[in-house]
Amino acid sequence: MTSTPTAPAVPLPAPRSAGCPFAPPPAYTEAAAAGPVTRADLPGGTSCWLATGYAEVRTILSDHRFSADVRHPNFPFLLPGRRKIIAENPSFLRLDDPEHARLRRMVTGDFLVKRVEAMRPDIQRIVDEALDRMTEGRTEADLVADFALPVPSLVICLLLGVPYEDREFFQELSRTLLSNTSRLERLLEAQEELLDYLEGLTARKRARPEDDILSRLAARDDLTLREAANTGILLLVAGHETTANMISLSTALLLDQPEQAARLADPAAVPGAVEELLRHLTIVHTGLPRVALEDVELGGTTIRAGEGVIAMLSTANRDATLFGGADHRPVDELDLDRDARRHLAFGFGVHQCLGQPLARAELQIALATLFRRLPGLRLTPGHEPAFRTDSFIYGMRSLSVTW
Amino acid sequence: MRVSVDRDRCCSSGMCVTNVPEVFDQDDQDSLVRLRQTTYRPEQFADLRLAAQLCPGGAITVTEDEPATVDG
Repeated sequence: MTSTPTAPAVPLPAPRSAGCPFAPPPAYTEAAAAGPVTRADLPGGTSCWLATGYAEVRTILSDHRFSADVRHPNFPFLLPGRRKIIAENPSFLRLDDPEHARLRRMVTGDFLVKRVEAMRPDIQRIVDEALDRMTEGRTEADLVADFALPVPSLVICLLLGVPYEDREFFQELSRTLLSNTSRLERLLEAQEELLDYLEGLTARKRARPEDDILSRLAARDDLTLREAANTGILLLVAGHETTANMISLSTALLLDQPEQAARLADPAAVPGAVEELLRHLTIVHTGLPRVALEDVELGGTTIRAGEGVIAMLSTANRDATLFGGADHRPVDELDLDRDARRHLAFGFGVHQCLGQPLARAELQIALATLFRRLPGLRLTPGHEPAFRTDSFIYGMRSLSVTW
Repeated sequence: MRVSVDRDRCCSSGMCVTNVPEVFDQDDQDSLVRLRQTTYRPEQFADLRLAAQLCPGGAITVTEDEPATVDG
């Protein structure tokens, strides 16, 4: 029998608290305090389960009894219109195995740890050149527009074979696709525009291949142009918007905590520091949706076959039993010396972020270089940082800095 | 300690290589997990347990062969 949780249903997506831009919305923290699995109300009048506990989130994301297939009629959506858009052109992120594995394995070779390690000199050059441009003849800049967004956009353009000159076009469409306030018609248009663009690009790569991911996808005879374009959209959107927001949010957070920022001067501390920033910020802040394929006992509750569930990464990443400990600051605070490697910021299970080695390398190089080259970096007086709250990816619209 | 990998479950996240590069590798041909070592020193045991816990596909299994001598 399904037990009835006593906690009130949380409306998704819930707002953050004013004055606490780096903390998860209070409604999620309260739900986590009430139990690892509670209820949530979705926009559009439906409801689903909300998993906030670390163990429960891990189970939902890695157990084959929970599906990521958006074509399931009960799949939970935070924006009701997204069902039509995503279900018609699902990338492998939105499919279960074996369809998922077939498509994912076509691009795993490009994100091998050794491949990414070999890209470090390129990433360092891209970071250095972005900082050169940002600081040349100036004493003030928007860190989002002049550093956080260009760096990962240049890297993913290089890998995919997308012309960087087209950045304004794909950056704007990406933001539209990731916004949870976009109108349905605008979402459909954005999806079509980006699909047409990537299909056209892939077709040109088929005729004149280069050394990039789109060319390799274009050369396959077991992949349609539309499938290649769907994979291309996933890699392009996920490849720049997430890392850009991690760079800008991390910078804003570290400027407020200079004793923590100082840890980045130690090269040996940088990888661990980035894991802690990933844990603390958890930018996939509206959680990951799944639907149960069988009845599953979880966190004292029975989730029935066909019921939707949102796995909330941000609360799982603040589990004090995993990330606390007497030697460290409380889990709600940033502690760059904490062992945060068990975080779920990249998700878990077979859908865990394919680009995570690349994201780690970009974040390590970008943040360490930024704070090393600009030791006087600070917020521009009189300019408030502007956070991006209406997106599935938490982030920043602008961050005015001086040095 | 014994370590086994199930390549059918590997999703090429690279978590094992990132955390324990001296033991795990990703195959150049199929991107799936490969073991670089078959015997392990006690000072590697904690890292190997972590690699098994962090593997998103559940592809890594660690078997403690002498529980009485294993810490924790």
